Amino acid sequence: MPEQKKTYRVLIGKPGLDGHDRGAKFIARALRDAGFEVVYTGIRRTPEEIAAAAVQEDVSAVGLSLLSGAHMSLFPAVVRALRNAGAGDIPVLGGGIIPDEDIGPLKDSGINAVYTPGTPVDKIIAAFRSACESQEAGRT
Amino acid sequence: MKSEHILKGLRDRDPRGIARAISLVEENDPLSDEILASLDDSLVDQAMVLGITGPPGAGKSTLTDRIITKYRSQGRRVGVIAVDPSSPISGGAILGDRIRMMGHALDHDVVVRSMATRGRLGGLCAAAGAAMRILAGSGCSVIIIETVGVGQSEMDIIRLADITSLVLAPGLGDDIQAMKAGLLEVADILIVNKADCAGAETLAMDMEAIAREGVRKEKVETKVCMTVASEGKGINELLAAIEAVDASHRESGERRIRREKAYDLEVLDWALELIKPSIIEKIGKWDHDRKGAPRLQAARLLAQE
Ligand SMILES: Nc1nc2c(ncn2[C@@H]2O[C@H](COP(=O)(O)OP(=O)(O)OP(=O)(O)O)[C@@H](O)[C@H]2O)c(=O)[nH]1
Ligand SMILES: [Mg+2]
Repeated sequence: MPEQKKTYRVLIGKPGLDGHDRGAKFIARALRDAGFEVVYTGIRRTPEEIAAAAVQEDVSAVGLSLLSGAHMSLFPAVVRALRNAGAGDIPVLGGGIIPDEDIGPLKDSGINAVYTPGTPVDKIIAAFRSACESQEAGRT
Repeated sequence: MKSEHILKGLRDRDPRGIARAISLVEENDPLSDEILASLDDSLVDQAMVLGITGPPGAGKSTLTDRIITKYRSQGRRVGVIAVDPSSPISGGAILGDRIRMMGHALDHDVVVRSMATRGRLGGLCAAAGAAMRILAGSGCSVIIIETVGVGQSEMDIIRLADITSLVLAPGLGDDIQAMKAGLLEVADILIVNKADCAGAETLAMDMEAIAREGVRKEKVETKVCMTVASEGKGINELLAAIEAVDASHRESGERRIRREKAYDLEVLDWALELIKPSIIEKIGKWDHDRKGAPRLQAARLLAQE
């Protein structure tokens, strides 16, 4: 495990109605084991609640996990809620059962990266790290 | 520019400004001193800092959520510092206390900040103390500090609090035995949560007995409260107990004494933190035989110019 100089804070949220948080918890633990401080918000949160928590916790990135299929509306809604909260600079990464053809449009709507089941966890951690690095670099 | 931006955000009680300020002090940013100096000391003096500690899963966060609701209904602005341990291996942490408090997420007058211990108790106190000041300085008149506490090592954190409550629940087994000696002595209020579960009555009776036994000189008897945090039961009584302890501490001068002690200990933490690098440097340069008692060597090292 490479030594991480700066301790990054990230938030893992689960918007929408599905109650399966195994994926979210798996990522949260993997990030912790990679040296991140991970705020977990629990299941069934609105995009506004997730954005408000991300602001209060001053995280450098938000990770969303969703299995219900509502990613096309909920992921962009979190991006919008962050912008409305004056935190549009916080990158949003999304994971879940997401068809390939949705990935492009999600990225167009402001999602930083999208991961589907089977993505190696190291790749996800690296994506969080680089998202955090660029967010912090842009801080004023 | 950066400093003005953040100081303005803090002054305006902008959620992002407050959050950034806490991060900067947590990271020992050069701006920390300026941030802390900008705060209104009278607000910091007046705020009530309530410590909630107890073993994992006792219901601390659920209880905190209920206490927030009560104080909000009184129109008070509430700050929460929820502390979880950092992993000693990776340095990372999962901060999950907020899950129970998400019902307040959209309320700008409830400011919740999760913090990891970052492996250094003194460091935590420095950061938690600073976070407490920032929350108070930004208008929170009640500040709740939640920490996992199963022994005396966690008392460092609690020393920041004006009032300390210890949350227990039936079925936590040996933890309670281990704690009797430590935290029970510093707790102002003992909370038996999960009063809906078997064994709560017995636990409460045990606690009552300990509270009577442990009455410290010139100190009001430790109050025992029973709650069902998940159902919001017993919270009014708990708040009454908190208010009573607070009033008595203010009147007796205990509150001021604790604040002074906490402040001095924070200064001590910082003094040790500041002196450490120079000692490490001295040890690195020191040509010695590595024999005899290390304590004696340390004394010699410090005596050396
Ligand atoms: N039956 C019952 N369950 C409760 C009560 N209070 C809390 N719980 C449950 O106990 C579990 C732990 O509650 P938390 O509030 O997270 O406990 P905690 O002490 O903050 O836990 P850590 O922060 O992990 O140490 C949750 O599932 C709660 O719903 C109660 O009064 N009765
Ligand atoms: Mg908790």
